[in-house]
Amino acid sequence: MGSATVAEMAEAPPDATRIAAEARDRVRFEEEALALSDQVFRVARHLAGSREEAEDLVQETYARAFRSWRSFQPGTNLRAWLLRILTNLNIDRGRRKQRAPQTTPLEANDYYLYDKLAESDGAVTDEERVVERLSQDDIVSALAAVPHDFRDVIVLVDIGDFSYQDAANILDIPIGTVMSRLHRGRRILKRELADSVLEDVS
Amino acid sequence: MTQAHDDPCAHCEEMMQPYLDHILTEAERIEAELHLDECEWCRRRYRFEESLRVYVRQAVSEPMSASLKQKLLALRIPLN
Repeated sequence: MGSATVAEMAEAPPDATRIAAEARDRVRFEEEALALSDQVFRVARHLAGSREEAEDLVQETYARAFRSWRSFQPGTNLRAWLLRILTNLNIDRGRRKQRAPQTTPLEANDYYLYDKLAESDGAVTDEERVVERLSQDDIVSALAAVPHDFRDVIVLVDIGDFSYQDAANILDIPIGTVMSRLHRGRRILKRELADSVLEDVS
Repeated sequence: MTQAHDDPCAHCEEMMQPYLDHILTEAERIEAELHLDECEWCRRRYRFEESLRVYVRQAVSEPMSASLKQKLLALRIPLN
């Protein structure tokens, strides 16, 4: 009776069950994180300056995430957690220091881009078609021309589908700042797009 | 009631981003929609903004390379 139980316990010490459970949790964490890697890369691609930098950042992010998986709280937003690591790594790389003294980005009103596109065409009929006059290259380079502080927010919210609150947590800035940068950033982006379209015409 | 604006289209332009983000108050939203109902000029610009957002998102989405995917898999910590 009693001796059998003791023997069983000697064979399977409580530690072993704990270790097995932990290994299972870790494997699950890794799989969940990897399942998000396409989405993480899509955002990283435009937070970083180039495709190569983005690939490095994503690798570093996953290496760090796998090492410190215990600090992730199950049930919270894993994608936001990964992006927070990535953003911090990006800042650690001194990206912010490279920036020349803050230049005031050009920003136009919200209707400006449409007006410019419509103007260059004359008879605009279908708004959905007007956007097609912008090439993919126009958009990628216009986004790259938006200063980091504004671009980060556009990339997280408009491309990564993060909520304002998630973006605020990831970037460690107040939610009001997220909203104002998003508002201005979109205007700067449209101004950049309008400029590139006008260049193409001339 | 809602206050009158000197230039209703300029005011509508100010409300476009928050309108499309669904963060206007109920009163502001109704105000914007009343104006949009009667102003094709603004309506076109709202529709354009909506298409632009979708278009930008598609244009900047680059797929991850297969080699990066492999590298991430290799980062997994092996079970002992």
